[in-house]
Amino acid sequence: MTDGIFPSTATAPGARKDLSLGAVRERLAGAPGRAYWRSLEEAAATPEFEAMVHREFPQLAGEWQGDGVSRRNFLRLMSASVAFGGLTACTRQPLERIVPYVAQPEEIVPGRPLYFATGMERDGYAVGLLAESHMGRPTKIEGNPEHPASGGATDLFAQASVLDLYDPDRNQTVTQLGRIRTWRAFEEAIAGRLAAAPAGLRLRILTPPVTSPTLAGLIATVLAEQPLASWHQYAPVAADHGIEAARRAFGRAVAVRHDFSRADVVVSLDADFLTQGPGAVPYAGQFMSRRRARRGATDLNRFYAVETTPTATGSVADHRVAATTGELGAFAAALAAAVDGGTPGGGRLAELAAVVARDLERHRGRGLVVAGPHAPVAVQVIAHGLNEALGNVGATVSYHEPVEAEPQDGLASLARLAADMSAGQVDVLLVLGGNPAYDAPADLDFAAAMQKVETCIHLSLHADETSEYCHWNLPAAHYLEAWEDHRAFDGTVTLTQPLIEPLYGGRSAAEVLTLFTAAGPRSGAELLQATWRRRLGDGFDAEWRRCLHDGFVPDTASPALAAPLDAGALAAARADLAKLPAAGLELCFRPDPTVYDGRFANNGWLQECPKPLSKLTWDNPVLVSPALAEERGLVNEQKVRLTVDGRSLEAAVWIHPGQPDGALSLSLGYGRRRSGRVGTGAGFDANRLRTTANPWAAPVDLEPLAGRYPLASTQLHSNIAADRFQGTNLEGREAASRHLIRQATVEEFERQPDFPHHVGHGLDESLSLMPGWDYSEGHAWGLSVDLNTCMSCNACVVACQAENNIPVVGKDEVAKGREMHWIRIDRYYEGALDDPAMHHQPVMCMHCEQAPCEVVCPVAATVHGDEGLNDMVYNRCVGTRYCANNCPYKVRRFNFFKYTDTETPSLEMMRNPDVTVRGRGVMEKCSYCVQRISQARIAARKEDRRVRDGEIRTACQQVCPTGAIVFGDLNDETSRVARLKAEPHDYGLLTELGTRPRTTYLAKVGNPNPEWPARASGAGESPHHG
Amino acid sequence: MSRFLTRDGKRLYGLMAEFDSPEKLVHACEAASEAGYTRLGAYTPYPIEAVWEAIGHHRSKLPLIVLAGGLAGAAGGFLLQYWASVHAYPLNIGGRPLDSWIAFLVPAFETTILFASFAAVLGMFFLNGLPQPYHPAFNVPRFAEASRDRYFLMITTKDRNFEPAAVRELLAGLGPVEVNEVED
Amino acid sequence: MAELTPDARMGKPPVVAPGYTPGSVTDKISAIVLTRTPRWWWVAFGLSFLLMQALLVGVAYLFFEGVGIWGVNNPVGWGFAIINFVWWIGIGHAGTLISAILLLLRQEWRTSINRFAEAMTLFAVACAGVFPLVHLGRPWLAYWLLPYPNTMGLWPNFRSPLIWDVFAVSTYATVSALFWYVGLIPDMATLRDRSRRRWKKIVYGFAAMGWRGHAAHWHNYEVAYLLLAGLATPLVVSVHTVVSFDFAVGQIPGWHATIFPPYFVAGAVFAGFAMVLTLAVPLRQAFALQDFITMRHIQNMAKVMLTTGLIVAYGYLIEIFMAFYSGNQYEEFMLLNRIQGPYKLHWWALLLCNVLAPQAIWLRKVRSSPWLVFLVAMFVNVGMWLERFVIVVTSLSREFLPSSWGTYSGTRWDWAIFVGTIGLFLSLLFLFVRFLPMISIFEMRTILPEAKSVHQRPEEADA
Repeated sequence: MTDGIFPSTATAPGARKDLSLGAVRERLAGAPGRAYWRSLEEAAATPEFEAMVHREFPQLAGEWQGDGVSRRNFLRLMSASVAFGGLTACTRQPLERIVPYVAQPEEIVPGRPLYFATGMERDGYAVGLLAESHMGRPTKIEGNPEHPASGGATDLFAQASVLDLYDPDRNQTVTQLGRIRTWRAFEEAIAGRLAAAPAGLRLRILTPPVTSPTLAGLIATVLAEQPLASWHQYAPVAADHGIEAARRAFGRAVAVRHDFSRADVVVSLDADFLTQGPGAVPYAGQFMSRRRARRGATDLNRFYAVETTPTATGSVADHRVAATTGELGAFAAALAAAVDGGTPGGGRLAELAAVVARDLERHRGRGLVVAGPHAPVAVQVIAHGLNEALGNVGATVSYHEPVEAEPQDGLASLARLAADMSAGQVDVLLVLGGNPAYDAPADLDFAAAMQKVETCIHLSLHADETSEYCHWNLPAAHYLEAWEDHRAFDGTVTLTQPLIEPLYGGRSAAEVLTLFTAAGPRSGAELLQATWRRRLGDGFDAEWRRCLHDGFVPDTASPALAAPLDAGALAAARADLAKLPAAGLELCFRPDPTVYDGRFANNGWLQECPKPLSKLTWDNPVLVSPALAEERGLVNEQKVRLTVDGRSLEAAVWIHPGQPDGALSLSLGYGRRRSGRVGTGAGFDANRLRTTANPWAAPVDLEPLAGRYPLASTQLHSNIAADRFQGTNLEGREAASRHLIRQATVEEFERQPDFPHHVGHGLDESLSLMPGWDYSEGHAWGLSVDLNTCMSCNACVVACQAENNIPVVGKDEVAKGREMHWIRIDRYYEGALDDPAMHHQPVMCMHCEQAPCEVVCPVAATVHGDEGLNDMVYNRCVGTRYCANNCPYKVRRFNFFKYTDTETPSLEMMRNPDVTVRGRGVMEKCSYCVQRISQARIAARKEDRRVRDGEIRTACQQVCPTGAIVFGDLNDETSRVARLKAEPHDYGLLTELGTRPRTTYLAKVGNPNPEWPARASGAGESPHHG
Repeated sequence: MSRFLTRDGKRLYGLMAEFDSPEKLVHACEAASEAGYTRLGAYTPYPIEAVWEAIGHHRSKLPLIVLAGGLAGAAGGFLLQYWASVHAYPLNIGGRPLDSWIAFLVPAFETTILFASFAAVLGMFFLNGLPQPYHPAFNVPRFAEASRDRYFLMITTKDRNFEPAAVRELLAGLGPVEVNEVED
Repeated sequence: MAELTPDARMGKPPVVAPGYTPGSVTDKISAIVLTRTPRWWWVAFGLSFLLMQALLVGVAYLFFEGVGIWGVNNPVGWGFAIINFVWWIGIGHAGTLISAILLLLRQEWRTSINRFAEAMTLFAVACAGVFPLVHLGRPWLAYWLLPYPNTMGLWPNFRSPLIWDVFAVSTYATVSALFWYVGLIPDMATLRDRSRRRWKKIVYGFAAMGWRGHAAHWHNYEVAYLLLAGLATPLVVSVHTVVSFDFAVGQIPGWHATIFPPYFVAGAVFAGFAMVLTLAVPLRQAFALQDFITMRHIQNMAKVMLTTGLIVAYGYLIEIFMAFYSGNQYEEFMLLNRIQGPYKLHWWALLLCNVLAPQAIWLRKVRSSPWLVFLVAMFVNVGMWLERFVIVVTSLSREFLPSSWGTYSGTRWDWAIFVGTIGLFLSLLFLFVRFLPMISIFEMRTILPEAKSVHQRPEEADA
């Protein structure tokens, strides 16, 4: 048997190409986690390790010099203080487990990271990843470049997942009714339970949507062995409507896949396809590959978005229409009518629909209509119809075999389960992941139903609301601890291999499920190999090793199929559209951009990550449009009571430009009662208003209340009403007049490619009396950001936080303006607040050649490196904050308190050993990931060559799904960054101050439709103002 | 080492006359120096130029000392900065030249003032022989009034042609309040 | 002595009331120090000392927790600490100005106020000195700002205005102390000779360094004093210039202005004289010194305050003018933001206190009423603090990138430490008036008619 794990050589710098079988066998000796223990012991005998000791633990180094005895002590101290090789509870290590190695595995070189291919699953769908491992501790996640659902990039959730792994609030033991038990006790209990019911157990298995062949196989086995058992799938943010729509349109379950790279005209019907859904990362990449304006390459796509809630996706649209669900339906109907050559009817929406329809007609087969998975089923059916009618099917749209093992309408499935439970028809409820007691629709009253069940078993990472109602609570294995296989959005089977032994003895869903099979308990590794030994057939070992190395099983994408559209369904859909509520206030429920459905509520990185548009942290207020706020006399942070058929909820208000006047929005995932020290109590629980009938939009009553509820936004907007200036907001107006965002239409760009240099104030460099410094020797690092392809998905923000050990400061500190993110994404509204154009501008340290911060530092704690880096010397900083004051870009962050948690041992394991952990009273800021630069420089020196272009990628660049950020050497004119900076529309921020920033921006180039009925729209406006 | 003794047999340091007005003191000083006495000590509760002129004044050396101090401060201050920024630990700070002499002028100016001021004060102490905890003059009880509103003239035995009787006669003739022996 | 001085003929109040002799002046002033402590002094000192505890507690907690206990944030990285620092330093300036510049200008009316004006300078600088130290993120490393040879071979960055501050402020403190002490020496001798208690004789005698009032001593002494005055004069101008560089060298709109040095210096003198008046009016009452600190002094100081106040007002005017004349949109916005932004109240209040209130001095009625002048001075004290608040906070809170605009307000700890330094200042002041002559005795002697007679008619000495 072979359950070794294999370093990926896909891109991993420092990982070896060839893997000798000898090394592999070494690893076969036992479970991986233990291996790391031994690697420590063994490494301890090596000079590298001793060197590391002196580097990392100078205070202990003395102990190290000496006889064997004190060496033992040293190791004891080490294992105690660092909890190496993460075994059960971080610091409580049984020392007996330190067993000497026979030989050190070849891969592990202390101080050099290894990269392993793995995969992260969310709601059944996987994204292929590379996990960076330092001495056996996964510290950073990157995308797997060869994986179809990643292409080297990831979303912010994958970035933040490392923090989940080391979360001290995780379930740490098996408990029964609150008492600590062992896995064995649980196994015996289940065995007994099964034995006691020879006729079969009335078992109910509740899972999120399942794509995993192994898991699905096991479930099938269990269902076969247990005639009375049944399986339910539910996830609060699953694409239930999508599944239903497909059933209606095609009469069967169909996986719809898009190819944005081939779409000239994209129409979104309330679809947030760039940041939500299992295909978001590759979709964003494809879409933005058509938004890159370059000299001579201006073949941009055109994007219309109709939205019930302003999203990151809508914010990059050429034409964005805010609409209630009813208006969305009306628009869809009008569009369909217009495409059919009929009359779209009257009203602005119809007028717009006609324009869009003409555009789509002009681009038959090169257009694409995307309906959001949460849009009404009818709207989605219409979308299918439109693609069909426009000949986009087969070109930009393709139909495939469903990826999920058994596609289900989760809401219906959950409703059935709840009914059974309340009817007392359930002996054992097995909840594998998920948190139904919190996120089930309110009308099901799932928690109450659970109390009617004889035995509830919950497998989860955290003790959550559901755990409260369960008899048995089992610690789940994090994906970095488990052997699993899940399918990606396109069906490709993605392999999850553990990088570390389960910190708290957690087990995977499959492993738990085996307890219910006749075959009895089996390890995840066994299960996986059993599954794939069958499929891969002979030559398995070698093949399997390659798959693990690559991170996925090749050629497993779900096959395409022909799905004839059912005309009747289309007609029915039109009829349904008419039924959508036309008037009245509605409340839209949406997955939260940072905590999703609440599963990430205890993740500090995601809680503190500013929402793409509101820039709020730690909360999910009710979003209302400025007009509605004025009409109802609402101000920011004011409390309101929302009432949806009988159920009511008190929540705070946030005035949100671009919100449709008839719709409020409230995101899921907040108001957690039981989540952990981070997530508990933050925000408002939308699920209390959610019903199976109206899961995504419900008619609502809004009642203003007296109280206030403080909200923490990272961008000053606490008084947007007060900031209103000449019909627009002061912030936006200033941003425009200061030419921070420079933009043009395609036509203007073609006419005048260097348009950004005809606005704003230039600076005559020759004005300086002093000679400048010469950076022509060696490297000159620089960064380019393409404003056109940034949609503020925040992946870079979290990636930077993970890479650079950036602390979380909490809501109160954020409210004071003390967030620590090294990269922030500025958001500016342009035009009228009711329907503004939105701009995103990632801002990190500009590494100015004439840095204002350096000159004023009294102790020379921030100085310039000879490669043009603006270096921050933490050890020298005394904390005058003068540099931050004098930085015009405000990218410097100060440790007003001791923000970094150095008390929690598990978090110590998470930190990037290549980056200093900052203490109190020290300034910090973006370093262009100097640790990565040094690593590459060292590697290059050893091979006696220049650093290659693309060899160094900053954390933000590496994670960006759209490749908006490019880093490199300006002295090498062939480098990508140098070529981008040579583009005519490359411009720097506030260059008139003479700072000579090394980070510059590619101006925005929009592709608005000239026929679009006049209304101030961002990309439409000429840049030649002010 | 004084050759003379006081009435009660102590060693005599000089004779001191007390006056109640500055004019008398000025007059007394002039008289004493005309009489050829050079070792005169005139004590006043506040500065009186006339007295200084009367007992043979000379220009103070203090200004030169202060000038020296100032120059030392200026040079020292500037050179320290130049050396530290250009030679000891050259750093590229904000792309500014290593020798940012314009910026260095400010601290250099401050050190100039600082050194000059110390030179002025210490120089004054030096020239005045301060601090001097003991001086025979303090042995005269009435001398306490010198810091209030009385004016004293002392002719010391160090004077070449000091002759107790003659001196006492001279002083007594100048209309003093009283004449005292100052014991050493 | 009866004949009229030219001043008297012009109807000006005298610099010192008639009828005083060197003896009586000496007795009156030294008596304040040598007689029993008045009960009210204990009360006043006790209260000040109590107030000072706010500083100690505040700083203790600050060192324990970090500067996060203050209101400072991103983008407003400087708050009360720097505001108070500049405020105190400014106050200090009047002392040096009175004792040095007015000496050079032969303004003999300075004589009776320069001593405690200088003391005030020292104490104000002491209070100011607290802030640059404690506002550091890592105050225990404050000594890294000093140029000293160290194992790292590192030196400060001499291009940074904060380093200039270190040099300027420390020099200023040192020279002021020297100047003050030198001025005290002859009076120490007087106290040595006046005091009856032996330990007092020893202490004062020690401080007097054996001063005997020898003519030669007086000669060197006066030269030294004059030179010190000559040195202190450019110094005092340089100090607030350097302080203004903290802002002017920065490039934040509202900081980056060439007008800053002159208008900071004027502001400093303005604030300083206001504080001297704030102290002088009650003190002369408390110690019945109306004969020495006459209406002449009050009026002159009030006039200086008015004049410098007008210069400051001119500074404001120029700021407004330049904002528009320069055509720099950031400057323009900065100004509009001051006028109508979140801190407009501070700005308008500042105009009321610094520009409007002093105009009352034009009225003879106000000028000749100590307590009205005192009131105006109070306005100015507040106004100058507000000025620094406006400069520091409004500029930082809304600068180049609208995305990074912020807000600022002081926390209770900000206030505790600020109020605490006022306590420190008053405590030191009360100790001073109790144990040292608050009026320079020997200089008072020199301006009495008796002394004048010699100076005016040396030739008569021959007669």
